[in-house]
Amino acid sequence: MSAASTLYDRIREVAAQYPESRSAVLPALRLAQEENGGWLPPEAFREVGDALELTPAYCKAVASFYDMFHLAPVGRHMVEVCTNVSCALVGAQQVLEAFERELDAQAGETTADGEITLRTVECAGGCGWGTVVVVDHRYREPVQPADVPGIVRELRSGA
Amino acid sequence: MALRKLLLAHADERDLTKLAEYETVGGYESLRRALGMERQAVLDELLAADVRGRGGAGFPMGRKASFLPKPEDSSKRIYLVVNADESEPGTFKDREIMLRVPHLFLEGVFIAANTIGSNLAFIYLRGEYLREYEVVVAALEEAREAGYVGKDVLGSGWDLAVVVHRGAGAYICGEETGLLESLEGRRGQPRTKPPFPAISGLYASPTLINNVETLATVPKIVQMGGEAYARLGVEHSAGTRVFSLSGNVVNGGNYELELGTSLRELIYDLGGGIPDGRELKAIIPGGSSVPVLTAAEVDTPLDFDSMAAAGTMLGSGAVIVIDDRCCMVQLGLRVAQFYMHESCGKCTPCREGTRWMVQLLHKIEEGDATQGELDVLLDVCDRILGNCLCPLGDAAAMPVASYVARFREEYQRHIDEGGCPFGDESSLKGVLAPVDQHHARLRAEIEVPTGP
Repeated sequence: MSAASTLYDRIREVAAQYPESRSAVLPALRLAQEENGGWLPPEAFREVGDALELTPAYCKAVASFYDMFHLAPVGRHMVEVCTNVSCALVGAQQVLEAFERELDAQAGETTADGEITLRTVECAGGCGWGTVVVVDHRYREPVQPADVPGIVRELRSGA
Repeated sequence: MALRKLLLAHADERDLTKLAEYETVGGYESLRRALGMERQAVLDELLAADVRGRGGAGFPMGRKASFLPKPEDSSKRIYLVVNADESEPGTFKDREIMLRVPHLFLEGVFIAANTIGSNLAFIYLRGEYLREYEVVVAALEEAREAGYVGKDVLGSGWDLAVVVHRGAGAYICGEETGLLESLEGRRGQPRTKPPFPAISGLYASPTLINNVETLATVPKIVQMGGEAYARLGVEHSAGTRVFSLSGNVVNGGNYELELGTSLRELIYDLGGGIPDGRELKAIIPGGSSVPVLTAAEVDTPLDFDSMAAAGTMLGSGAVIVIDDRCCMVQLGLRVAQFYMHESCGKCTPCREGTRWMVQLLHKIEEGDATQGELDVLLDVCDRILGNCLCPLGDAAAMPVASYVARFREEYQRHIDEGGCPFGDESSLKGVLAPVDQHHARLRAEIEVPTGP
């Protein structure tokens, strides 16, 4: 896949792996989301729909079912704190609150400068090493409240 | 009985993500052997091994595979679909298998695909598992270059293509028909059964769906023979399982054990017991969907029959340890919130019932519930049970009803004392669930007009 290839071409390439191209709707939406700064604006559904011969409404209906697709703008970085049972038992709420303080944003919000989105998620599957925090799709485990300022500093100073 | 490394054998000493390393410990020899056997002979080994599904339902794998039509009798293409959408709360063992022994897992995929006569397999991999995706794709590429997958596998004349398909964050896609819907490019809403996937699954074609860990046992069964495998473990629970240990325990992590090992050995001998000098209060033995056990039941063996006799299930093998700081009403609330969040919305009892459970549990926790409302909670659970297309509704109702049954006195105290007897001291106090967060955001988005 060359960097110069269009979203349309890349979606067609993925779709060719499946007996029916509609199966490629999740990978296509993921590609579109990556191309649009981490969320899916209305034109993304038109582009995905064009490539897979589906309506934009269909594509949006599928996207809205899944937690990893964002239908509204998000920050350049995403911090996700698991608050399901295993993590909650070992202090996930304290980790979440440490992020809220450090970022001056509530769970579900993006920082005022538009840089970092904070949210809680359901079980991420790192339960034995809680609290699990997923930073830009990479797992950090275990995270303690004391680790939070360092993670935020790293995101603020990074590219 | 205790630790018995079968799937995770050699993974501590060697980097088994590398094909060359995997081959030095006999890697892909089982595939070679299976390709030299009749398909039925491989299936017979799986049947003799009596290996039960490791995803949660525990259905015998060999029998499931035997429900598919023979390739020569099927007018339609036959598919193998791997359920790698691990998301039962407390479970993280498929992840460990994919990260540490990806070739063992893939070898199992290839053997299973050959056994059912499939030329196209899909691995539906949980979307959040990015690193696992990278490791599996890299291993698949190595296997392709070595001729273990692709055209004319090891000169056998059999072709196999494997597509790794990433999910996008939906617990329900771990349910097999929800997974198929999702893989076909739809919202992951489960289908009615029958028809079962073995007859009409992916693209309305015969489909075998197996969990990662189940498939990873296949090369071991081919290697040691089904009968020898069946001698591991206990009756009706053959073999080993990778148990995920989490919660209030010193050494959380994955432990591969022979089935029949007791919870006590896992929690105390291997897990190091309860930290901070606290007392064991409760154990969730098979992921958040299963009924709870009390501390008094810590000697229950980890096998299918013993768990059933104790009124619960082995489920996904996720053991969540709960100490005496935890309020069981808050636990019920947090578990119900999860299922409310993940309900696909198709069946009314699940869609409405999980929401109602959350509302009632909130009221009980806040001390605002009447005696009658505790009965309503149990009634709602009862009306969900058995009344939904897929197991998600039951998975919400069963554990919550069990918390009330086993810790009735604690629920009663919330009502009698008009609030939580733990005050601010419960470990789950104030935990923010994703459903709370969504609601807070929606409320913020609604602009309430104010008068002039």
